[in-house]
Amino acid sequence: MFAYILKRILYAIPILIGVNLITFMLFFMVNTPDDMARAQLGAKQVTPQMIEAWKADKGYDKALFLNKEAKGLEKVTDTLFVQESMKLFSFDFGYSDANRNIGAEIKERMGPSLAIALPTFMIALITNISLALLLVLFRGSALDTSMMIVAVMIMSVSGLFYIIAGQVLFSKMWHWVPISGYEPGWGGIKFIILPILIGVFAGIGSGVRWYRSIFLEQINQDYVRTARAKGLSELKVLFVHVLRNGMLPILTGVVVVIPTLFMGSLIMESFFGIPGLGSYTIDAINSQDFAIVKAMVFLGSVLYIIGLILTDISYTLFDPRVKL
Amino acid sequence: MIMLTLLWTDIMVWILIFALIAWGWVISRSPQVKKQWHTIFKSSIAMASATVLLFYLFFTLLDSVHLRLAKTSPGQNTEQQYSEMLSLLDIIFSHNIKNTERTYSAPFATHEYVKSIVIDENGLTTQKHLPLKYVSKDDDLLSKSIVALAVGFVLSLFLILIHLFWRKGRGAFVAMKKVLKGEADLPWRTAYLTLTFLVMTFTWLYILSYSYHVLGTDKVGGDVLYHSLKSIRTGVLIGILTTLIMLPVAVILGVSAGLFGGWVDDVIQYLYTTLSSIPGVLLIAAGVLVMQVTMDNNPTWFETTLERSDLRLLFLIVILGVTSWTGLARLLRAETLKISQIEFVTAAKAFGVGKWTIIRRHIIPNLMHIILISVVLDFSGLVLAEAVLSYVGVGVDPTMHSWGNMINQARLEMAREPMVWWSLFSAFIFMFILVLAANLFSDRIQKVLDPRNDT
Repeated sequence: MFAYILKRILYAIPILIGVNLITFMLFFMVNTPDDMARAQLGAKQVTPQMIEAWKADKGYDKALFLNKEAKGLEKVTDTLFVQESMKLFSFDFGYSDANRNIGAEIKERMGPSLAIALPTFMIALITNISLALLLVLFRGSALDTSMMIVAVMIMSVSGLFYIIAGQVLFSKMWHWVPISGYEPGWGGIKFIILPILIGVFAGIGSGVRWYRSIFLEQINQDYVRTARAKGLSELKVLFVHVLRNGMLPILTGVVVVIPTLFMGSLIMESFFGIPGLGSYTIDAINSQDFAIVKAMVFLGSVLYIIGLILTDISYTLFDPRVKL
Repeated sequence: MIMLTLLWTDIMVWILIFALIAWGWVISRSPQVKKQWHTIFKSSIAMASATVLLFYLFFTLLDSVHLRLAKTSPGQNTEQQYSEMLSLLDIIFSHNIKNTERTYSAPFATHEYVKSIVIDENGLTTQKHLPLKYVSKDDDLLSKSIVALAVGFVLSLFLILIHLFWRKGRGAFVAMKKVLKGEADLPWRTAYLTLTFLVMTFTWLYILSYSYHVLGTDKVGGDVLYHSLKSIRTGVLIGILTTLIMLPVAVILGVSAGLFGGWVDDVIQYLYTTLSSIPGVLLIAAGVLVMQVTMDNNPTWFETTLERSDLRLLFLIVILGVTSWTGLARLLRAETLKISQIEFVTAAKAFGVGKWTIIRRHIIPNLMHIILISVVLDFSGLVLAEAVLSYVGVGVDPTMHSWGNMINQARLEMAREPMVWWSLFSAFIFMFILVLAANLFSDRIQKVLDPRNDT
């Protein structure tokens, strides 16, 4: 088990290097340090000396991939790519254009992001699975058919509409909750309850359909027929057999998402003024702050890879057939 | 004189349309595939949603033919003067482009939505709603509507008859009776009803748009109906052209990974694991940011703002295509692995059939259902993604007509007192109908083509 996990973590390293290469190509080759210097210093009257000084100040005055002047192994290591990658691997994200430590900001903003993302995820999971089980219990009935139509309709509306409609109804017209804002602790509930509910509702259509199809696939299996033949009630068949066997495909879809919850939701946070990582990213995109976007890309990939590893581990824990 | 000038995306749309027609002609020769499509269209929901999708496609194509009209110049210039680029849709709605109001007005309103300060002849300042400039003064909405609906009915009847004659020739009227009774081989009645409904609604809106702003006007007085119709092209283009870019990559890489194995498989697997581990929105955002910088550095690539926004749309589509092939490639790799173990492929190999022939004759036809399902499934997702990306600021050009930009503006409009709701409402309706139709149609395709549903 331990050897397996170690192997998976080692396998993640080339992938992270690949991620670094892609972001490096996007941010340094297409948009070279010279371009960055020009954009930062302003377009008018930029002398080559000023560009060189800016690059030296930021540490961008090295070759991109191959340093011809250095000797031996340093030819490869003393380059901008290796230098930038090593910084990211040690989770040193550097400073944003506004000269603030990105790593510290990320730590600070993780809490508010989780305060929205985690409850949304949990409530959505429970609601979707219970609704799906209910529909499977009444499969083929008018309730099932009409709920499936409603599910397609919920899916067909852009999430932005739910957010705008929710804000207009609950905050602007009925004044139940404040329209946006955030404060830590229990006092903040009034701020996070609406984004959570909207997040759950927006995902209910696709969620219920997905879980329902998983359970329906199980219900045609032989073991279910045997359980029914034994005289088990339909409810018992559903909750004891179908739910437990359906858990496996659900795990693949769900566990991988958990680490990425830290990243928060882009649109939800910016609409509701939550100071989390999602709104941090959006602000960075809008102000074209490349250092922050780069840090978020790396962080997101690391979290996703952690999710993949966790999925594999949870498989071995829950499915006795999978042996390592 | 008229000069036809096509944008890059126009050319791509028309290539795609001809490719689709060619593909349709090829599959129409295979009786097995023909039967499958027949089964798909047996459902009246599929028939209705296909009609809706065709209706949207019609507007996309109408908006994808760009012309420059000759100007009648007063001087005797030897060189012909041309106007700005206009699409066929712009020409049909030229009265709406010209009749720009000052500011917001509600649907069918006769006066502006916000009060303006007016100084009357006595020198007193009062606040009142100014009348709109381009709205008919006589209040005969009802009679105009009746005429418009009648025209719409006749038009749709005409279209239906053309279709019947095209299908059945002289037997059209017999076929018509069958369709009306619901005895035709396919649920044509549903299709015709949907068409009649769509055509009548559209003609009603169009004819009334000469005397009213039927869906209101936006902040700078532009007609919302025209905005919404122009946005169709953006949405549909992102949905279908992304697929056009993504499909060859996904098929080539997926099939070769599954078929050749070894280091090819390793490299391709590494490639898609790496790409898919970067959060989608962030990768797109990074790509778009870089693209913006590149375009700012190269202002010579485009002459007009229309070309600029078109180029940006093209880049966005390419970026979306590059980031979205991984899922399909993974599916195709697994399926190719499965198929290449089956006896008929082994037999073909034993007979010395070439690798390419095996791929063309045995592998691709057996992957068709996966490709088709993922294409229609992706379409609605991409239309919805456009709205979110435009909101995040990495979508289409802000000057371009798109539902995302409309929603983006609506966010501020909803905060006004009193609320300006019609832009959001129009974007919502236009988007909802398209995405709902696409979702229902893809459900049906999945149900018929997915072999897992046989049990």
